Amino acid sequence: MSTPAPRRDDRYGKGARAGRAGAVPYLFLAPAIVLFLLFFALPIGYTAYLSLRRTRVSGLGLGKGSRHEIFVGLDNYKDAITDAEFWRSWVRVLGYGTVVLTVMLGLALVFALILDSEAVRLARFGRISIFLPYAVPGVIASLMWGFLYLPSLSPIHQALHAVGVDDVNLLDPSILTFSLANIAVWGGTGFNMLVLYTALRATPRDYYEAARIDGASELQIAVRIKIPILLPSIVLTTIFSIIATMQVFTEPTTLRSISNTISSTWTPLMKVYRDAFVTGDLYSAAATSVIIAAISLIVSFGFLRAVRKRAFADEE
Amino acid sequence: MRIKRLSAAASAVLLIALGACSSGTDKSASPEDTGPVSLTFWTWAPNMDKIADAWNAGHPNIKVTVSKQSGGDETAAKFLTAAKAGNAPDIIQAEYQMLPSFVAADAVADISGDVGTAKSEFSDGIWKLVTLGTDAVYGLPQDSGPMMLYYRTDLFAKYGIEVPKTWDDYAAAARKVHAADKSVYLGGFSSKDPGWFAGLAQQAGGQWWNVDGQTWKVGINDAATTKVADFWGGLVKDGVVDTQAQWTSDWNAALSNGKLLTWSSAVWAPGVLSSNAPGGKGKWAIAPLPQWSAGENYSGFWGGSSSAVSANSKHKKAAAQFIAWMNTDPAAADLLIKQAAVYPAATKSQALLTTAPDYFSNQADFWQQASAISSTARGFTFGPDVNVAYNAYKDNFDKAIAAKSSFTDALTATQQATLADMTKAGFQVAS
Repeated sequence: MSTPAPRRDDRYGKGARAGRAGAVPYLFLAPAIVLFLLFFALPIGYTAYLSLRRTRVSGLGLGKGSRHEIFVGLDNYKDAITDAEFWRSWVRVLGYGTVVLTVMLGLALVFALILDSEAVRLARFGRISIFLPYAVPGVIASLMWGFLYLPSLSPIHQALHAVGVDDVNLLDPSILTFSLANIAVWGGTGFNMLVLYTALRATPRDYYEAARIDGASELQIAVRIKIPILLPSIVLTTIFSIIATMQVFTEPTTLRSISNTISSTWTPLMKVYRDAFVTGDLYSAAATSVIIAAISLIVSFGFLRAVRKRAFADEE
Repeated sequence: MRIKRLSAAASAVLLIALGACSSGTDKSASPEDTGPVSLTFWTWAPNMDKIADAWNAGHPNIKVTVSKQSGGDETAAKFLTAAKAGNAPDIIQAEYQMLPSFVAADAVADISGDVGTAKSEFSDGIWKLVTLGTDAVYGLPQDSGPMMLYYRTDLFAKYGIEVPKTWDDYAAAARKVHAADKSVYLGGFSSKDPGWFAGLAQQAGGQWWNVDGQTWKVGINDAATTKVADFWGGLVKDGVVDTQAQWTSDWNAALSNGKLLTWSSAVWAPGVLSSNAPGGKGKWAIAPLPQWSAGENYSGFWGGSSSAVSANSKHKKAAAQFIAWMNTDPAAADLLIKQAAVYPAATKSQALLTTAPDYFSNQADFWQQASAISSTARGFTFGPDVNVAYNAYKDNFDKAIAAKSSFTDALTATQQATLADMTKAGFQVAS
């Protein structure tokens, strides 16, 4: 790494060089730091500030000066934590997340392994068509599936009708979780598959050749070699999926308008939206957001801790 | 995250703006008596710029600029935010049920001193919606939505039913139709439309909010409204009215292909029907809503909006002058009807409507009937947290429909959610 330039620099003495270098990196970092502070640190700080406040109305609340913002300490947090509906929304998300995580990541893994195997044809086409739904925005996907779930226009209902099954409500409370999970699986499998597939392609092919010479079948190679190699990527996709699941909002909110079975607080984030923009209580919304962020942190770091030893044993 | 980013972006813009303004003192606030003033007007009714043009042509000193908005709920949220930030427009279109929230947020001005004799132009029921039952005037009524029964004349003949005069008749007809064909319903109950249910409650004589001295009275589950909820709850439990979510592709299909025989809706329904069920042209007619007892003649309001002057406005007098002209002057009323396609709130303006909507070409006296029904409509005062009540209505009645459980309980839960919110916020309340 040694070039003539640094050596010549030495002549100017250590002090001058350190002084110049001291300012320059910060100058380069400045845009990032400013943006970080402005768009990340400041809003989070403002959210935390709002979560400790509330408006207080006096009398009829009409006319000038009848509404004040006051400091209420942790009252908003207490309200959120003692709200039974808030915890029910977590239970719903847990059920939804279990379906999404197992089905979506399972499919992603299977597809990645199939596409990576020697025998498959049309790998390029398969890859693109599995990935394509990921490019569809969540609202569009939900609208489209919404049309498919409603009986009068839907080919799903026509197919069910053809085999003699009628009067199925795909948005019935009993199967709502699966109908919603289906949208997430449809949209998310491609992305996760691509992450896993990329990791597989980065693995030296010599391993597989050696295994084949030792007489391993494709299935054995997949289970004994590829999956262990993929473990760090699987952990990564799982964490991304856990976080996305806890923030699920678009699908249930979009489907809410066409169904009687999704409440305005079906998921935790929907409660935040309702508080902030429907009932105009920005303060409760801020407190609930902080709680959701805390739970997301605990769950994702908890998961990471639990699997770190196994998944990243090689790297430590 | 989006909220946070927006607020950060807003503060960034603010910082830059502050920097730009810091040189020299601010002289932009022009006093009212020096020369022409210009006003901004947020509205979502179509072609309102044409009405502003007509005003500007005759009033060189007060120039109104229209800023087109997307719709009631979004505009309300946006206006409240803008009012808090101090950059609200001078004039705002406000749905009647949102007006109290605007008043409570101190976002609209009391213009009682600037509108003169406007009161006499409107029916008492509508006027109460802009005064909230106080001495103040927080806006002028722009359009209104008296409710009536839209029905399919051809299918009424086919199923051998008469136009229901009372809600008992309606229930009997609903059972008869559904018994004749399981896929057909006389009408539907909408848990998605709290405004629709509020209109039916008004017809029955419900009073959801009332001002009594310095105290709010909340009566969402009062006797009249409970009667309405029970009535629909019974029909829903028996499965003889449609409960699918309205405003979906399936609901449109049901309106067009004869699976729904009636729609209890408001005067603005022809626009909805002609775009959502174009095939039904000439097959629908209107009648007054069924009554709670024979011989009565009442209706309620679903929708409608007022024009209000922002509390931030520097030219409140000029703004009040404009909205008084827009909502009471015959020339303006003519434009409102023809260009903005609204049903004007002013009594005299309603008489300007003569040619029946194209969709109702079979009913030549459509507007005469509508006007007669309009005069029977009674409203009620809306409270300062209609959003909370409406959201609770949707959640509770959604649940009651799914579980076929008691509508009275759903109504009580709605009342409790509303009361709890008002108490928490510090309003003086009594139920």
